[in-house]
Amino acid sequence: MSASLSSNQERSFQARNNVRATLTALLAIISRDLLVMRREALTFLVQMLVQPLFFLFVFGKVLPTIGAASAAFSTLLLPGIVAFTVFITTLQGPSVELARDLGFTREIEDRLLAPLPIALVAVEKILLSALRGLIAGAFVFPLAFWILGSGYQVRTDLLGILIGLMVLVALVGAALGLLLAAVAPIQLLPLIFALVLTPLIFTGCAYYPWASLGAIKWFQILTLFNPLTYAAEGMRYAMIPPTPGPASQTLAIGWVVLALCAAFILSLWGGLKLFHRRVVS
Amino acid sequence: MLETQEATAAIEVDHLVKRYRRTQRNAVDDISFSVRRDETFGLLGPNGAGKTTTIGILTTMALPNSGRATIAGIDVVADPIGAKQRIAVVPQRNNLDRSLRVGEILTYHAAYHGVARAERVARANTLLEEFGLGERRKEKLGWLSGGLEQRVMLARALMHEPEVLFLDEPTNNLDPQTRLFLWERIRVLHERGVTVVLTTHDMEEADRLCERIAIMDQGRILALDTPDGLKRLIPGGTMLELRIRVPELVIAWRTAEDGTAGIQDERFRDTLGSLPGVTKVEPVADQPHGDGQPETLGFRVYASSDAGALLASAAQAVIEEHAELLDLRFARPSLEDVFIYLTGRNLRS
Repeated sequence: MSASLSSNQERSFQARNNVRATLTALLAIISRDLLVMRREALTFLVQMLVQPLFFLFVFGKVLPTIGAASAAFSTLLLPGIVAFTVFITTLQGPSVELARDLGFTREIEDRLLAPLPIALVAVEKILLSALRGLIAGAFVFPLAFWILGSGYQVRTDLLGILIGLMVLVALVGAALGLLLAAVAPIQLLPLIFALVLTPLIFTGCAYYPWASLGAIKWFQILTLFNPLTYAAEGMRYAMIPPTPGPASQTLAIGWVVLALCAAFILSLWGGLKLFHRRVVS
Repeated sequence: MLETQEATAAIEVDHLVKRYRRTQRNAVDDISFSVRRDETFGLLGPNGAGKTTTIGILTTMALPNSGRATIAGIDVVADPIGAKQRIAVVPQRNNLDRSLRVGEILTYHAAYHGVARAERVARANTLLEEFGLGERRKEKLGWLSGGLEQRVMLARALMHEPEVLFLDEPTNNLDPQTRLFLWERIRVLHERGVTVVLTTHDMEEADRLCERIAIMDQGRILALDTPDGLKRLIPGGTMLELRIRVPELVIAWRTAEDGTAGIQDERFRDTLGSLPGVTKVEPVADQPHGDGQPETLGFRVYASSDAGALLASAAQAVIEEHAELLDLRFARPSLEDVFIYLTGRNLRS
């Protein structure tokens, strides 16, 4: 009787102990990642902002100036660039890093052997990657302000929604990145990026508003299967100043949020499952 | 409480089976053993014997198909977090965190395991000094040699003062100096009361370090005993190694006579096997020959008879077969001999 009591006590002590160990380990892993992120901040920002810089310059400044695009185009383009930057940064972050770690350097093993559930190691990667994506996305605004000049028009009354959407987009990208990393062996990663990333970017409504695709119906439907479409449309909803006219019509914000949440949950679920299978044989 | 702690073994493995997906054979095939607290325990066997898989299960990185494994009484499948708090692993392959500096690798590892800040800095400093890495605290890994990296991995493993330390082929491909260093460190850990489990295919290493050794092959444990106990497995305990050359003239003559020249080794094997007291004859792999040198044959003869009598009768038999005796020596059985005796194969083949 007393033996079973003490073993029960021991078990509950052990369980509490495990929770504490998990929290400590998680915080330490986060602090490790923040340190590495700080050290690599400059190269990371340069790497992530070169593409938006040129897109903004060519499509937002050069084309309207030479008359190849209307002046309003830059207003439509900027939300797309923000969505694209956040999405791609978060997608690439964990996928490249994890694919390398899992398949080649095995550096992550020290964290997998830390006293916390293995899924949390992956969740932590997603959170940190989302943070990096948000930082990159935030830097697009001053960049655009500087390049577009008077073409920079962003409404500020929906700031809360804008930030919320950016967080959601960052989470979707990071979870998809985890999924890619867990699926792809490192040797195939460049191929997968070529096959997935390019179509993802160009069918993602980052460079054109979804509503304007009415003329090419099949393509308009196709874009609905791309999470980036919802990201870009959500950004447009939260950023484009209200003006009368068809250009400011976006996908309904309810659908946008629903689709992004669904994409996040599905890729997180699949990503964690495959990550676990990849790590624990 | 104290009593139960002493009663629980550091490691308890019970009918463990592991088969990887899409493979035909069990990587670990129904093994059972236990390791006492403070013991240095060796898993010895060739590549693919299941040593690393066994360590993988015990360190929660692989799931068994059946059977049970516990660390300090904690089931590694049911409570991996509890198990991970008590163990440390030095893996076969370098897995050091390349984004961090040498000192940070140690302090962050300790932080993952909940060692307080002041304590982890102090421990890292002590370990880096002890391991001859004091100067390199601020360096990145790219500048370190394989031997130094191995030291960092061991130092890292010790940062959270594990109860059980797993070393997977710790001295494989290392320079002799680092190897001796690691052996010394493992001995010190043993004295401090840390349970050490190491896998190796180095006989000398197992013989020197381990109090008990499990010899593994094809997922099974063939024998488990102290090094001396294992050596006693070889019956009789007398072992003679012979190296023989058959002169070309004899080969030519035999070819002409009855065409048996091509089966020299079997001929000698039978001859030696029929000597009084001989229990087993093993052919030993040929030394590389060439330069028109005639083939040399090697045999290992196990016998229960007196050493002197065996020596005389073996030499006599070789001469009667018109062969030259190149080398003849008595050997105290080594663990390698035990392995060959148990499996009929060389450990490195």
